[in-house]
Amino acid sequence: MPGLSGRMSTVIKAKISKLLDRAEDPGETLEYSYQKQIELLQNVKKGIADVVTSKKRLQLQEQKLRDQVVKLDTQARQALAAGNEDLARTALERKNVAQTELQSLDTQIGQLAQQQDQLTASEQKLRAKIEQFRSRKEVIKAQYSAAEAQVRISEAATGVGEEMADVGLAMQRALDKTENMKARADAVQELEAAGTFQDLTQIGAGEDDIDRQLKQLSSSSEVESELAKMKAELGTGPGAAGELGAGDAPAGRAAAAEQQAGPSQGPAQ
Amino acid sequence: MIVRIATEAQYELTESDAEVLGKLDNQAVAACEAGDEEQFNETFKELIEFVRGNGQMLPEDTLESSDVIVPPPDVSFQEARAEFTGEGLIPG
Repeated sequence: MPGLSGRMSTVIKAKISKLLDRAEDPGETLEYSYQKQIELLQNVKKGIADVVTSKKRLQLQEQKLRDQVVKLDTQARQALAAGNEDLARTALERKNVAQTELQSLDTQIGQLAQQQDQLTASEQKLRAKIEQFRSRKEVIKAQYSAAEAQVRISEAATGVGEEMADVGLAMQRALDKTENMKARADAVQELEAAGTFQDLTQIGAGEDDIDRQLKQLSSSSEVESELAKMKAELGTGPGAAGELGAGDAPAGRAAAAEQQAGPSQGPAQ
Repeated sequence: MIVRIATEAQYELTESDAEVLGKLDNQAVAACEAGDEEQFNETFKELIEFVRGNGQMLPEDTLESSDVIVPPPDVSFQEARAEFTGEGLIPG
């Protein structure tokens, strides 16, 4: 048989076997392994709960970002209606960043859902094996002498042990991925706190390094095309700009002045 | 021969299929050692699909141990590489 298997699977198999050898306690195989099995099952349940919590957290963040996108879009329109194109552009740039973040959150939430399903399936499989092990153990105990029973139950325990090692590996991988996502979610929240997604009234003096870098990162062409579209919708294209300035400006200008008053007041807070 | 795809399931493979698996496995390791990520990903994907497609999945309550264990389907090139140079997926 060894001649048939490749190097990669041989290495993995050898490592799993070593893990199992280490875990095995010949004197107490019966009770020890069953207790370990139950413990692991409980751990898997905890692992699943962890994944679900992380998923919920990302979903909350997703909702917050969706609200931001709507808000920034409205603000861009308001700014444009008030004739402040720079402010509108900034709002659209931020909206762009938020949308990119939304997409990546979507992917992450999908991945977590997949992890959850996989772990749930693993838990079921392990549970089936444990159940099988328990009933087989009773049958063996009834049919064989104590010494012979010990050997046979040991064999059956190896099968469960391998499954346990495998579920342990699956859980470790799921939790590692979840940790990575948590770290990323925290980073995004820090960005938010640093002002990246804050009210437009905070832009200006409050602008920090991250703001500027994110602005550069966001696709400016996308922003420009959206701005053009918005202008067309509002009827404030290059030709209409003059009319707006002369016509319904008062209300718009007041709004713009109000919005622009923010930055200069900001630092005083 | 019983093959386990780590974190997935156990499959029963015929001897001749096991031979194909062994060849794919060694190709994947060779790609790993050559630092060829693309080749590794391609070969490893083929290997996983080969086991899934040609193997007979064992029932959930089976207590057989596996003859061979292949890495999880989502193993990365870096992880696979580490498997042959250091600690790898499973410490030990």
